[in-house]
Parts: sequence; C-alpha cells; structure tokens
Amino acid sequence: MINDQYYNRHIVISGIVIGVVLLFIIKLFFLQIIDQTTQESADNNALYHHTIYPSRGLIYDRHGELLVFNQPIYDVTIVMREMGRDFDTLGLCQLLAITQQDFNDRIATISNRRRNLGYSPYTPQILFSQLHKSDIAALSEELYRFPGIAIQKRTLRDYQYASAAHILGSVGEVNQNDIDRDPYYQSGDYAGRDGLERTYEKQLRGLKGDEVLMRDARGRIQGSYHEGEIDKPAIAGSDMTITIDIQLQLLAEKLLNGKIGSAVAIEPATGEVLAMVSNPAWDPKRLVGRERSANYNDLAQDETKPLMNRATQAMYSPGSTFKLLQSLVCLQEGGISPNTRYDCNGPETLPIKCTHHHGSPVDLGSAIEQSCNPYFWCAFRDMLQKNGYGDDNDIFRERYNLWRSDIMQFGLGQRFEDTDIAEQAAGCIPSESLFNRIYGRKGWKAITIRSLSIGQGEILVTPLQLANEAAIIANEGYYITPHLNKHDSLLVHRHETTIQPTYFRLVKEGMHRVMTNGTGRWHNIDSLQMCGKTGTVQNPHGEDHAIFIGFAPQDHPKIAVAVVVENCGFGATWAAPVATLMMEQYLLGTVKRVTKMEEYSKQILNSNVTQR
Amino acid sequence: MSRNGSVLKNLDWTTLFIFVALALFGWMNIYGASFTYERTGIFDFANPSGRQFVWFLGGLLIGGIILILDYKMYDMLAYIFYAAMILLLLATPILAHNVKGSYSWINIGPLVFQPAEFAKCVVALAVAKYMGSYGYRVRDWRDLWIPAVLIVVPMFIIMVLQRETGTALVFLAFLLPFYRQGMSGLVLLAGVLAIVVFIVVIRFSILPVAIGLVVLFAILIWRTWKIKRFYRWVLAGMLVVYLGFAGICNFAFTKVLQPHQRVRIEVLLGMKDDPSGAGYNVNQARIAIGSGRFFGKGYLRGTQTKLRYVPEQDTDFIFCTVGEEWGFFGSVLVLVLYAIFILRLIQMAERQHDTFSQIYCYSVASIFFFHLTINVGMVLDLLPVIGIPLPFFSYGGSSMWGFCLLLFIALRLDAARVEKWH
Repeated sequence: MINDQYYNRHIVISGIVIGVVLLFIIKLFFLQIIDQTTQESADNNALYHHTIYPSRGLIYDRHGELLVFNQPIYDVTIVMREMGRDFDTLGLCQLLAITQQDFNDRIATISNRRRNLGYSPYTPQILFSQLHKSDIAALSEELYRFPGIAIQKRTLRDYQYASAAHILGSVGEVNQNDIDRDPYYQSGDYAGRDGLERTYEKQLRGLKGDEVLMRDARGRIQGSYHEGEIDKPAIAGSDMTITIDIQLQLLAEKLLNGKIGSAVAIEPATGEVLAMVSNPAWDPKRLVGRERSANYNDLAQDETKPLMNRATQAMYSPGSTFKLLQSLVCLQEGGISPNTRYDCNGPETLPIKCTHHHGSPVDLGSAIEQSCNPYFWCAFRDMLQKNGYGDDNDIFRERYNLWRSDIMQFGLGQRFEDTDIAEQAAGCIPSESLFNRIYGRKGWKAITIRSLSIGQGEILVTPLQLANEAAIIANEGYYITPHLNKHDSLLVHRHETTIQPTYFRLVKEGMHRVMTNGTGRWHNIDSLQMCGKTGTVQNPHGEDHAIFIGFAPQDHPKIAVAVVVENCGFGATWAAPVATLMMEQYLLGTVKRVTKMEEYSKQILNSNVTQR
Repeated sequence: MSRNGSVLKNLDWTTLFIFVALALFGWMNIYGASFTYERTGIFDFANPSGRQFVWFLGGLLIGGIILILDYKMYDMLAYIFYAAMILLLLATPILAHNVKGSYSWINIGPLVFQPAEFAKCVVALAVAKYMGSYGYRVRDWRDLWIPAVLIVVPMFIIMVLQRETGTALVFLAFLLPFYRQGMSGLVLLAGVLAIVVFIVVIRFSILPVAIGLVVLFAILIWRTWKIKRFYRWVLAGMLVVYLGFAGICNFAFTKVLQPHQRVRIEVLLGMKDDPSGAGYNVNQARIAIGSGRFFGKGYLRGTQTKLRYVPEQDTDFIFCTVGEEWGFFGSVLVLVLYAIFILRLIQMAERQHDTFSQIYCYSVASIFFFHLTINVGMVLDLLPVIGIPLPFFSYGGSSMWGFCLLLFIALRLDAARVEKWH
C-alpha cells in the first residue's frame, strides 16, 4: 500500500524501534563497560573462599635436632541447616563431655549474626575449637550419627623440649593491628607473636591456600569454581635451622634453674648464638592453644618478670669484666704500654681500693689475673689525661670521646642492628654530654668518673653484649653480630675494631692466668685452655650480681660465654661454674665434672639466691 | 502442489532465519540458565531446555501447517476466532488454578497452557479484518471506536479477571498500527505526556506538573488560535482532563495499584532502595549483566545465573544469562537481531497490497516490539518489573506457540501477496 497518505509514518515507527534498541545498547554499554563495580558484587555473591592453612615451618637446632613442630588440633564444625529435626543433641554432648546447656549457649552464639558476622546456616560454623585428639576420638567414630557435624583439622605448635622459650617465642591469634598492617592476615589466623616466631614469621608461615567454591543464592556450596582453575594450593612454611645447641641450652637452663640470671654462649668465629638462657622462663607449651591467654596473663603478672628476656634486655654494670676492654683501649690509645706497672696498696689504695691480695707494683697480666682495681684506675686516668686538660677542659673531653668511641666499637651502648634477635636493650656508655649535664662543662675530670675504670658507675651492658665482648677478644679484634638463624647470609657482616691484635693477645694471656692462678682457678679445666674474667657488680638495690665472661680454648676459640646471676655475690662463686660447665659441655660434648655440677646445685639449694 | 511451491518460493526466508536463530540461541540460553552443575543433557525433557526444544519443534510444526493452509481462511474466520477467544478468555479464570496470583493458566491433560498468549494473534486478525474491510478509513477518532473495543475487551478480561497485567498491557501495541492507519500522532504524544505527568507527580509533587501543563497548553492554544476555533476548546478540555489525571495520580498509585506494583514503580523511580526485597530482581539482574563485561564469562560459565541469584532467569529474566555469559558483544548482537527482525516485519507490512495483511503484519511487528521493549527495559532497570516474555527466548510453550502463530500467519499472508495481486 505504497500510495496511501500515511505512508511516511512507517519511518516514524521504524525510528521508534531503532531508538529503543539504541537506548538499550547505551544502557548496556554503561552497565557492562563503564560500571566497574558489578564484577566485584558478582564475585561477592557467588564465590566462597575456603582458606587452606599451610603447616608452619619446623625449627631445628644447629645439629638438626627437631625443636618445634606442629600438633594437630581439631575444630568441631556444624552446618545448621543439615542438622535435621531429630538431631541427637544429648548424644553429641555426651561424646564431647559437655552439658546440654554449653551446647545450647554455643549454638545461640553462632547463630547470632551480630556476634558471628559470617554466619550462614548453610556453611560450616565452628562449634568447638582446638580440641585434642583425645577429646574428639569418641565423636569421630560415631560422626555418621550427627548430620551437619564435621571435624576440621588445624595445627598448633608443639615443642620437643621445655626449653628456649625466649628464643623461640610463641604463636598466637592475630589482632586488628596485624590485620591492618598486613592484608595477608584475616581474623582468626595465627602469627608469630614474639621471638623467632615473630622475626621469621613470613618465612615460617608459608602461604595460605585458597579454594574457590561456588555458593548459590541460598548460601549452599555448589562445588568448585571453574574446576579449581583459580584455586591456590597452600604452600607450607619453610623449615629453619637455628644456631642454638639444644644440649648446651638445656644444661645452661638447668644450671640457672632457681636463680634469676642469664647466660649467653656464642661461637666467636661466626657470631652464632649457641645458647641464650634467661631465667626465670616458662615451658613454651604453656603458650599454645586455648590455655595461651590465661597463661600469658600469669606470666605477665609474675613479679620476677619471666617474659623479659634478661639475656638481651636486662642491663647491668659490667664490673671487673670491663677491665679487659679498659686494658685494650688504654694500650691502643697510649695510656699504658705492655710494660707499664702501677703500685697497689691493697685496701689502703686511693682513690679506689684493691680487694685482692697480691704483690706490688703490678703489670697488665697480673692486674687482669688479680683484678687489681688501682691498676685500671691509673691506666684509665693516664689514658684520659695523656695530654692534660686543656684551657677549657677540651683536650680532656676529646680524650674521653676517643675512649668512648673505642669502647663502642665493641658493640656496647647500642643495639645490634644486623641481627635477628628481636628484643634488645641498648645499654649505656655515658656520653660527654651526659657528664656535662650532671657536673657542668668544666665540672668533671678523670677522678670524677673513676668508677668507669672498673666497670661501675653509669656503664650498663646486656649479657648478650658481654658475650659478644668475650667473642671479640677470642677473635682478637673482630666480631660478627650474634644471631640465631644458621642459614641467613645477611647476618655475617664482620665488624672490625681498631685495636691491634698484639694487645688482644696480651689480654688473652691475662684471662688465661685468671683461670690458672686468679679468681677462676677453682673452675678451670687445663686441657680446655680456658680464658675468663670474673666480675662482682655492686648493686645498690641488694646483693651483688655475679658475672663471668670467657672463652675456650685460648687459641682458635670455639665458644665464648657470658653469665650473669643476680643478687648472689661473687662472680667466681656463682657465675664462673655455670660458664665453665657450659664450655665443658660444648667442647667435650658432655659434662665430666658431675660432682661439680651436683655441688653447684646443692650450693643453690643452700643459698637464698632465688627471690621466690 | 504448485501452490505450496509458490508459498516456499515467495516465503520471506530472511525473517524465518532470524526467527530460527533467535529461537535456537534462546534455547541454548535456557539450558544455560537452568543448568545446575548436575550435567543433564540439553535435550533432556526433564529440563526446561529439553522441553523448550520440543515447544520449538511444535512451533515449527504449527508454522508448517499454517503455510500449507489457505491464506483466505484468516480473513474469513477472523471474527469467529475472535468470538471463540473471548469465550475462552472468560472461561479461563473459572477453570484456572492460582499460579502466583494469576488465573490465566488452564490444564489440558498433562499440559498447562495460557490462552492469553494466543489472544494477541486472534485480536490482531480481528482488528485487521475490521480496519481492512472495504471502504474503511480512519478519518477521525470516531472511526477507531470499534477497533478500540476489539482490543480493550480482551485486555480488560486478562487484566481484571485473570490478573495478568503484563500480558494485558501488550494490547497497547495496537496503537502503532492504528497510528500507521491514520490515528493522530497526538494520541501517542498524549499517552507519553500522561506517563510523564504520572512519574513527576509520584516522584515529586503535583505543583510543578500543574504549572507545566498550564504553560504547555497555553502555548498550544496560542499557536493554534488562528487556525480553528474548535481546537482551543479541545485543548482546553484536554488541559482539564490532564489536570484531573494529575490530581488522581497519587490516589491511583496508592489505592488502585496493587502493593507489589506500587513498590516496583517506587524502586524504578529510585524512591525506594530495597536491594534485598522488591529491588532484589533488578539489582541481581544488574550485577549479572554488568559482570559479563565485553565478551561475557563464556557459555555455561555465568555464576550469577547458574547459582540462582537472578530469579525467573529462564523466563522473564532470560536476558540476564545473555548479558552475563555473552557480554556486551552477545547482548548487542541479540538486540540488533531483534531490531532487524522487527524492521523486516514492518517492511513486509509495507509491501502488502491489501489493508488486512498490512494491518496484521504491523500488529505482529508491534507486538514483538512491545514485548522486546517491556522485557529488556525491565531487565535493564529502565521500566518497572512487568512479567512478560522475551519472544523466542523466554522458556514457555504457550508463549512460543503464540509467537509462532503470529509470525507464521504473517509469513503466510506475505507469501500470498503475489497471488492476491493477480
């Protein structure tokens, strides 16, 4: 009907059709190309991510002995919608040894969406968590009777020895801070909270796997997404070998048992920490699983502060052990020469008396052997005053700064940077400005700070620093920062000191004489060529602290040790036995002086060393 | 034999091919939409896709029969068909069970069917017959009384007695053939204006509407002042009617419409944000289609439709599956196919030599167009949720056969145009 008067109207009608279709295409363009949010909404709808937890890396000691491993624990889960009407609640409660009230409370908590944000009656919810195998044994045999109930396996840490708690640290549930800092974590995940578990968290934790499942509009799981092609398998954490010798560690812990104190042993050539004990400590098993938080609170409230790692965080004056560094610095900076002798008048000497009985005058070797206070005061004074005081005390202060920087080469007064030992205290080598504040710019001279000459006064060091000091002397001039990971190439940087090796040999000889003739002679084993130095540190708050540092053998030393026992008296009596027994254990593989150990233990029993 | 030969020779194969393509693609998507990971076959009769394939074959069979039968029959029997259909529509609510609030489905043996789907075809024939009768012309609005009654009666029965608002609204599609035959375009504009008035009153308030209407009609009266005195009275009357309409819009919206219809309109107009309630379908449809991106997730790999996030996904919301699995590319392809299909039907109508065939073909094109507009507009959140099927795509035997009936009668009439000319 081409010739009617309304013929052109088919163009209008066709135009409407084309217009509507174009409108739809434009809308589709916005919806499918421009709008980026729908993809995420679709995935949130349909994809259910089921996390697969990797097993955490194991920890071995330096000889390959297993220290830390994983124990299976079990969560009992429930899918509410599958329970059915005649669910045998009573039977389940009996098998799990709980009351029906417990069960009902738990169900109420789970299904409360306010308290359990991810709740769905179609997905597994944790009914009871962290049950041991014995708790679920009965249930697992009769699981078929309880529709909707399943047992899910996870792992917790377990420990071969009740030992090395401070070193190993512990694993606990992550908090909101961790989740904010590292998106890897989700609520309920475990992570290393302290010690090596924290330092090496990324290496130990492995990588969580992700199983992507499809969830339908009613929350039911409908199988894996795209046949699992975007699933990620869990990657188990890497195992690690640490530098600790567990037998040495156990011995040191046994020796310090009942006392407050610490012991650190280092392999001098490598900086590897062989043992690091802080007492009081705890059994690492106590900070695992459901008991963790209660036990942690107990430890945190304990007056003896067991959570503090005394080996790296407690600061003491070094006492007479500091005389070794004094010798080295004074020799190097020209305060004394190897032949210098000073008079000693015993208890009558001024300004610092001598507490030991020996001949006079003394040279360096005898001064170390006899721990002669006046000798080291004179050496310190002569080193500082070598060029006088200057018009404005400036020459003296320059000498003091030289002394201080020499001392700090030994790693004192600062934290070790290139190490995996987490919690450290810096200690203190007092600065010029500290004394300026105390005494005024012109108000202090060598005599003012004389206590420093014998390791008293403002100087503070940690046991780890003391052990490192022993290692430096053993190495005759250098150290590798103490560390705990046996296979970390980043941790083997060599720190040199500017002191000449010949001076180290003199000091070593003196330390050997301490063990043969001096304060350490009761604890010596000749064949091991022990070198050592005792210290008895005056403590304004109570009994003196006993200190010992040393190494063995004298040539090519294998072990350097520092021991601090708080509030007990002489270093020679309380610290030296511990250190020498540790050397014996490490070098000989066993302790032959069994009677000595027993005597020592008796000595502890008969004393009131412990504060508890 | 020779007659059949000429039918096949003169048949519009392009339209037929597009129909087959759409129906097969729709069938694939029904399989996709009802796919439940329990891997049953696409031909399994237990599945919607299996049944849809049977409906499709049945549709082809009906089509074949129609092509064989004499084309003159439709013209001759149009009123008888119409009368029979009205009786069937009236009987339906009595025989029907309540299916989701609708009384439009009746059982015949094991099959359930919906007479309203076939009413479109029958009404199209009756309208074509009346308007195509000798000497009939649309001179003014009075000439449209009878055609209007022909469509309003089934519309009323379906909407009020059968409670199938969506299917009833399809009869508004006849406005396009009316327009083509001479109905004033102002009627269409008046309808559009009524919709605008309704939306603005509901969404905002009556005051801007009243002001706007007064200004609009003042301009119209001023422009037509010198032409004919009669116009100003008509326009003034229309202004009064519109103002009255605006006045009762709120009343109609809150009291006449059923609550679910009211909420759907509120969701569409953004007056209500209810993604888990009334807005759930539309929101999930948006997510499903949007997440298809450009090339889609791939056939049978759509998650939103497979996992039942989109309701009614094999019937009214089938376009979501297309959008999710075939992406922008596939969706546009389908829309373009529909556009070509409808434009081809319009072209077919224009080449007819008799008014009956022309009006019938126009009605068919308009009905398909109306279905496409309402269905896709709903899925794309451009129109309120009105449940009518997407032709050849949505699952359902009655609708498939109803559409086949519409299409094949048009094809048959078209194939006979050479014959009629002689």
